[in-house]
Amino acid sequence: MHPASSVIFFTTASGAGYGLLFLMGLAGAAGLMPAGLWSGLVGFALAFGLITAGLLASTFHLGHPERAWRAMSQWRSSWLSREGMASIVTYLPAGIYALGWVLAGEARGFWGVFGILASAGAVVTVVCTGMIYASLRTIRQWHHPLVLPGYLLFSLYTGGLWMTVLVCAFGGDVTFLIWTTIVAGAAAAAVKWTYWSKIDTDAPVTTAGTATGLGHLGKVRMLDGPSTSKNFVMREMGYRVARKHVHKLRMIAAVAGLVVPFALLMVAGIMGTAGGWIPALLAALCGSLGVVVERWLFFAQATHVVTTYYGAEAA
Amino acid sequence: MTSLPTKAPTKKLGLVIDLDICVGCHACAVNCKEWNSGGHSAPMTDWNAYSGTESEDGDDAGAWGVWFNRVHTYEVGDAPESRTVHFPRSCLHCEEPACVTVCPTGASYKREEDGIVLVNPDTCIGCKLCSWACPYGAREYDYTDGVMKKCTLCIDKIYNENLEEVDRVPACVSTCPASARHFGDLGDPGSAVSKLVSERGGYDLMPEMGYKPTNKYLPPRPRKTNAGDTGAPTKLEALAAEAADAVPSNAGGNGFLAWVDAMLSR
Repeated sequence: MHPASSVIFFTTASGAGYGLLFLMGLAGAAGLMPAGLWSGLVGFALAFGLITAGLLASTFHLGHPERAWRAMSQWRSSWLSREGMASIVTYLPAGIYALGWVLAGEARGFWGVFGILASAGAVVTVVCTGMIYASLRTIRQWHHPLVLPGYLLFSLYTGGLWMTVLVCAFGGDVTFLIWTTIVAGAAAAAVKWTYWSKIDTDAPVTTAGTATGLGHLGKVRMLDGPSTSKNFVMREMGYRVARKHVHKLRMIAAVAGLVVPFALLMVAGIMGTAGGWIPALLAALCGSLGVVVERWLFFAQATHVVTTYYGAEAA
Repeated sequence: MTSLPTKAPTKKLGLVIDLDICVGCHACAVNCKEWNSGGHSAPMTDWNAYSGTESEDGDDAGAWGVWFNRVHTYEVGDAPESRTVHFPRSCLHCEEPACVTVCPTGASYKREEDGIVLVNPDTCIGCKLCSWACPYGAREYDYTDGVMKKCTLCIDKIYNENLEEVDRVPACVSTCPASARHFGDLGDPGSAVSKLVSERGGYDLMPEMGYKPTNKYLPPRPRKTNAGDTGAPTKLEALAAEAADAVPSNAGGNGFLAWVDAMLSR
């Protein structure tokens, strides 16, 4: 699949934003992070900024962005519509919670209820994002039971990286949040590693034989394509570049996304509120880079069954 | 509404494509483009159409554009037993089209009255998710219009009362010089297309996807590898017997013609 940069930016940025919102909602409500003007301004600017930038980016690849509001209408059948709706609905409790945090200086009790609602909204939105991909039967690397847990854990992990920056800078239970982030990161890595080995070894069901229905006559090879140049289907679904560099890119994703941030988180844990936000910020930036590489692979490695009409033996 | 019709359409208009007959001339694809350039989903935009080079407008893709119907050619089996099969591919108007249910705006829909799958160009936001959901590559995005386009089964032709009744079939069907394409109601077991499907073993493409395509493909007939497989010797024997019987009975006779024959044979 063609890895559209707007969709990669959207899923990683809003994923981190919802992870951060989830943690702020729960940590604030549970009293693990004290509410205050500056922590609120920076924290919610970051969370809403990541979410909103991601949502806006996702409209960039639309043919008619001005009609994007119509995407709220088909929640009965469409995960994309559900995602749009969940993302908008989540702004409501999150906005009220942010007001309480920033203006009233309180995230527990009454305000905490909105924090928990915002956290729930964040989870629902990320579930919808994951299901957009997991529901597509045409791409076996997406229609996979580990795709949804992957989206949730990566969201929690990248949100945790940013949350660590906040607690190191503004106070809170640094140790607890660092461990939460590390556990989420390790779980995300375990899911991803299993996922990668699964998609490498799972046998594709669709072949050129089932696509054309001619498999019973022998091996099916394309002699002549339907067009002299690449058409839309070949451009959008037939992306192949990544497959050459898969193993190197996976190592880059693992080192930048996991190993380096873990080391920096340890440093942040030792420094705590005494400047720990600097290594934590580096961990968040480096981790985000790793997750972008991971997400790029998620698209570029996905093989669409339509490619079996265009010369692929199986997909 | 991108939910499927609550009542499954009883009428299932679709195509039956005979892979035994198709000669791969691309006339169906060309006439599809011709008709639909002025039809329901018009225009069918082309890019670099007259460029001649591949990079005139900065896009190195060469000439390309939106087509609803495309013809592939495959080699099936291994030489010397291999065969060439021409394979036209267009929207199959599935009974359970995921391209419809994934649509977030309701622009993609399946008609309850005849099962045709269409896109409303006024509400499509151009997110392309339907093209990801389609296993058959039937949907093509129009970058200029910013909306998704697809085969309409020539909805503006098959119901067009200004046309002669014989012409109220999709453009690909009316133009096929080999009569490899058939149009009709596949929901009616008594229709000509349904009979064709049951007689010839018509099948679904990628049945494992579970989208239940309406369009069916008829397999190439068994290959004839030996001279005898055509039935020629038997036919010739019968013909020889017939020919023997047809030898003029007056060859050795004594009529006028026999006399002429004898004279001219000298």
